[in-house]
Amino acid sequence: MKLKRSTVDALTSYGIVIAAFVIAQLLISSGSMSRALQGQMIPICVYIVMAVSLNLVVGISGELSLGHAGFMSVGAFTGAIVSTWLLGAFNMENTTLRLLFAIIAGGLVAAVAGVLIGIPVLRLRGDYLAIVTLAFGEIIRSVVNCLYFSLDAGRLYVSFNSPDIPGKMIVSGPAGTKAIKTIATFPAGFVLILFTLFIVLNLINSRSGRAIKASRDNRIAAEAVGVNVTKYKMMAFVISAMLAGMAGALYGLNFSTFTAAKFKFDTSILVLVFVVLGGIGNIWGSIVAAALLTVLPELLRAFSDYRMLVYAIVLILVMLATNSPVLRGLFARLANLLRGKGADAPEKGGISRV
Amino acid sequence: MSERPKRRSTTKMVPMPSQAIIPERDVHDIPVLEARHLGIEFGGLKAVDDFNLTIGKTEIAGLIGPNGAGKTTVFNLLTKVYEPTTGAVLINGRDLHGLSIVQASKLGIARTFQNIRLFDKMTVEENVRIGLHNQIKYDMLSGILRLPRYWKQEKRQHEKAMELLDIFGMQDLADEVAGSLPYGVQRRLEIVRALATDPKLLLLDEPAAGMNPHETEELMENIAKIRDRFQIAILLIEHDMSLVMGVCEGICVLNFGRVIAKGTADEIQANPVVIEAYLGKKKEAAT
Repeated sequence: MKLKRSTVDALTSYGIVIAAFVIAQLLISSGSMSRALQGQMIPICVYIVMAVSLNLVVGISGELSLGHAGFMSVGAFTGAIVSTWLLGAFNMENTTLRLLFAIIAGGLVAAVAGVLIGIPVLRLRGDYLAIVTLAFGEIIRSVVNCLYFSLDAGRLYVSFNSPDIPGKMIVSGPAGTKAIKTIATFPAGFVLILFTLFIVLNLINSRSGRAIKASRDNRIAAEAVGVNVTKYKMMAFVISAMLAGMAGALYGLNFSTFTAAKFKFDTSILVLVFVVLGGIGNIWGSIVAAALLTVLPELLRAFSDYRMLVYAIVLILVMLATNSPVLRGLFARLANLLRGKGADAPEKGGISRV
Repeated sequence: MSERPKRRSTTKMVPMPSQAIIPERDVHDIPVLEARHLGIEFGGLKAVDDFNLTIGKTEIAGLIGPNGAGKTTVFNLLTKVYEPTTGAVLINGRDLHGLSIVQASKLGIARTFQNIRLFDKMTVEENVRIGLHNQIKYDMLSGILRLPRYWKQEKRQHEKAMELLDIFGMQDLADEVAGSLPYGVQRRLEIVRALATDPKLLLLDEPAAGMNPHETEELMENIAKIRDRFQIAILLIEHDMSLVMGVCEGICVLNFGRVIAKGTADEIQANPVVIEAYLGKKKEAAT
């Protein structure tokens, strides 16, 4: 059987991600990667997952979400608590297993948050989702700021506004998490990227994915042919929230201490910038933009005080370049050459055309 | 109404107990559509009032009237875009009261739009596949995990979509992006997508708008072909009288939201009320 183009494109994507991982691992083991850059590897993985999952909402289902960091936050704190609890209550020494459970828990709790937000909002037409998710991000931050979790003899204690709970603190209100075992690893991040790509690409190229895109392209026509628009917008939104929660759990377990302020509005916007710069609806673009823009501030250390200024200029240049018809034509020809179609075949896509 | 009809239906229309007329061949079946005293008000304005229409199981019916008469509003009432203020819509004897657009679609009502509404960025085949959304199903998890059910149903969807496209000579366009197609082909694709939902009643909103005479003639053939092949009923809104008179068996004329005449093409053309609605009152009847 001839493989479908979408299948070929998906396999290519996995291949390139795996190749990038192998190269990065080789660089690390041969010692030719700076320590600073090595420290960026897990955040890169996290932001790639964040960008791809946000693209599912913004690009594929066509709804604007301004609170993606909120789901990341939910996942991060859930992950930190679950990991510490598993160690304290069950003596689970295996870090890989603990990380796995923490990531799953982070994803599930974030998905529940996604359902709670989606139920009222996604029934409405218009930009309500943007407003509500914006508020959600802020609410989560405020809630976590007065949330106290502690572990005493294998039992979890929780309280609001009062640090008077027995045992060792895990989450301590505005001070954030405390003395969390940093168990996140680069290979785990790599697996999470593959998992995300697997879910998102397979979803897009399925009956449900087509229904999501149809709801985006023309809501009225989609309903008229019997597509339950609310259900499919919900599906995209909840899956996106789940993936963000998983990324958050990985992110949280990369630091022994972090606060809720880490996941403020700026972080949501940063991820949105990755999506917009990479091209809305373009999964590949999200991956590249997230990876490059996460390491960029690190690479720009040479500019010291002018770092963020240069960063801004680079952002503007990238935006201009990706919108230039000349460059676009060049990319299109390149893509077609790679597919062996010849240079003058019209550009129809790859996973960018979704 | 001076255009000469290209063909004329010879269907015998018979009255129903409710005084509606439907084709004789359909009298033993439940009418596919019954609209009873349908009405809707927008802020006190009666856009449609006391609209009654019965369509036989395999009837091709026309809904005509001057601009602003309320024809598209009737379509929106039938497809549950609007909830009627008064009256009821029955599809195959089932009341649509309180149902959503999606539920109405599942009961077998499909439509095209006056302004084409395709999924522009998707391919022709994907557009038809979305029409098959409720016909050939599999759940989200089978899709993500690529379970055997995914491969089986995707194959069925592909085959069914190609079969439908083939009927309308569009099989070669399957991989084209829908938004890049010529106007007439886009209109045809919209019909194919509607047919993919396996409807009992197909509503066509100005299917010939913007078409040249040649395309219109092709459309007439296609409309007759759809009825014969799928054995479904079609209700169309159209301003092109050669098409309406040529292909429609029963015609309903709407003006200011009210039905002013019903009957066969001959009856409608001879009806002075209809002529007045279109051309205005005359001092003396021209012959």
